[in-house]
Amino acid sequence: MMKKSEQATTLLPGLRHKEAAARPRVGDRIFSKVTLFFALLIVLILAGLLIALNIDAWPAVQKFGLSFLTSVSWDPVREEFGALPAVYGTLLSSLIGLIIAVPVSIGSAVFLSELAPEWLCRPCSFLIEMLAAIPSVIIGLWGLFVMVPFIRNPIEKWLGSSLGFLPFFQGPPFGVGFLSAGIILAIMVIPIITAVSRDVMRAVPITQREAMLALGATRWEMITRAVLPYCRSGLIGAVILGLGRALGETMAVTMVIGNSYNLTPSLFSPGVTIASKVASEFSEASGDLYIGSLIELALVLFGITLLVNIIARLLVWRSISVRGGGE
Amino acid sequence: MRRFSDDWFVVLAVILVVAVGLAGCSAPSNSATAPAGPVNLTGAGATFPAPLYTKWFDEYNKLTGVKVNYQPIGSGGGISQITEGTVDFGASDGIMTEAQLTKAESKSGPILHIPMTSGSVAIIYNLADLGTGQLKLTGDMLAGIYLKKITRWNDPAIVALNPDLKLPDAAIAVVFRSDGSGTTYIFTNYLSKVSQEWSKQVGNATSVKWPGDIGGQGNAGVAGQVQQIPNSIGYVELAYAKQNKLAWAKLKNAAGNFIEPALAATTMAAEGVTLPDDMKVMLTNSSNPDAYPIVGFTWLLVYVNQKDKVKGEALVKMLWWAIHDGQKYTEALTYASLAAPVVSKAENEVLSIMYQGQPLISR
Repeated sequence: MMKKSEQATTLLPGLRHKEAAARPRVGDRIFSKVTLFFALLIVLILAGLLIALNIDAWPAVQKFGLSFLTSVSWDPVREEFGALPAVYGTLLSSLIGLIIAVPVSIGSAVFLSELAPEWLCRPCSFLIEMLAAIPSVIIGLWGLFVMVPFIRNPIEKWLGSSLGFLPFFQGPPFGVGFLSAGIILAIMVIPIITAVSRDVMRAVPITQREAMLALGATRWEMITRAVLPYCRSGLIGAVILGLGRALGETMAVTMVIGNSYNLTPSLFSPGVTIASKVASEFSEASGDLYIGSLIELALVLFGITLLVNIIARLLVWRSISVRGGGE
Repeated sequence: MRRFSDDWFVVLAVILVVAVGLAGCSAPSNSATAPAGPVNLTGAGATFPAPLYTKWFDEYNKLTGVKVNYQPIGSGGGISQITEGTVDFGASDGIMTEAQLTKAESKSGPILHIPMTSGSVAIIYNLADLGTGQLKLTGDMLAGIYLKKITRWNDPAIVALNPDLKLPDAAIAVVFRSDGSGTTYIFTNYLSKVSQEWSKQVGNATSVKWPGDIGGQGNAGVAGQVQQIPNSIGYVELAYAKQNKLAWAKLKNAAGNFIEPALAATTMAAEGVTLPDDMKVMLTNSSNPDAYPIVGFTWLLVYVNQKDKVKGEALVKMLWWAIHDGQKYTEALTYASLAAPVVSKAENEVLSIMYQGQPLISR
């Protein structure tokens, strides 16, 4: 490092004393001001958004207080609103999505970064990234007309007859429901988690791998003992990015979740997520309390995403400090 | 790696060029069209009549040069936009609530509900071996099914009404509309009229607390679920059911006849309901012997006191045209035309629109 900066100063002796002192400073100052403005703008937009949401949600906050979070009723006619089934549906469908997506994504990322030959790696990565670019409404339509019938007939029928004693697999197999929503979410987050995980694994220094191999490790040992532990924090970040998308996904989920305000353990049961509820009802909602409740629902989603991000940060810090201590 | 980033520069450059090109193309046409029409009117609201309105405003523009910009943002949005005065007219499939009326009237005075066309709701089903119009249902049964009181197709009441049909010994999968909609408003209005229990337990709104089972997004979502799930029942607007040739049920009307949903039977519904002067009336459960029972108007919402003379005059003329000449476009787009008594009531409403206390047009 020292050597480099010394080189730089010796290469530009004149600049350093005369022009560099006067001219670029003005540009630097403008540049720093402009970027500062942009950074503040983002903070301002976020603050403005929060304030506006809070103002609009106020009638509902005032009326229901904390019971909004625990009530299971959503009755626009009687103006009784509660968020619990929507919060439950959001968390449950995202959880199902992650349970399916994480092993698939990490597995394919390991293959792409560690095992695949170059000629296979490129087109494979390209196709996975293409999957991320498909609009969610298209995935939703595909889900409704292709995936849901398949889930209804072989999958849910089979699960119901063989594992029907568990509370998760009871009730009529409609096809639409938490299970379908979870699977759709898995399909949507797999490309994100895969792409980020692959990049994170590629960033692991080659020396780590070589050291492990030099000790006589197999490829499997090299991946599980050197590569994965080294990039653990990055992998957690990748999963959280996927979770962020899953929590907020609207259109595709609305099409396959069945949109019924239910709070049951059965994965076959139709349900709602926060995003699908807001998207479904906002345009025709009338009355301050109804609209306020929908906006409060949005604030709850905001809170959940914030919480998830904080937990992710803590996990990433913890894994960094654990690794740091180990080395 | 270096090659890779070069590629990205090329892609970015192409996007930039295309974007600039598009902006260049659209900018002049925008500025050219703005001053072309003598008067511009804006409206927003219901999505159900949007195809008809688009056709109307296109035809009307050819006739008169008046440009009408209609945004189908939903009835709720239409009501709040006209209340705020950001549009010249709103559009809604439902009647404004007391609270909405009070809010609007405190801002700009009395507001009119002027009927433009009527729509009906078809009951669709998916039963093996049963074609369209074969199943007969009464309002009471429909309420029972949607309340989850009648849960099987071979329920004695349904069998008694359809002795010739082979009804399966299977659970009824009930499909409803999950997004707030005028279709739901008309449907739940009908159920509230024919079933006390429905009116007490669920009620009438664009979105209600459904006892069961599956919600579909939009007409297409409901129809998709019904077509996929065996032994299901659902409801969609007539135009959608007709265009997609869905199997629908015959419903018993107030006079005791079993009627298939059709445009003529929809128009007829207005001639069996007492029409108030303000036209804030639902046409469900009409006493006309030929009427289909689940029918509702869709309205344009207009303030009686117009603030701009030129715009007000253009608006009133457009409304007059819509309830008369405009009606000839309804059938081709599967909307029901207004019955004669409705048109004469609507005429009175249009004539009552004023600018500074003076009527804008006279007969």
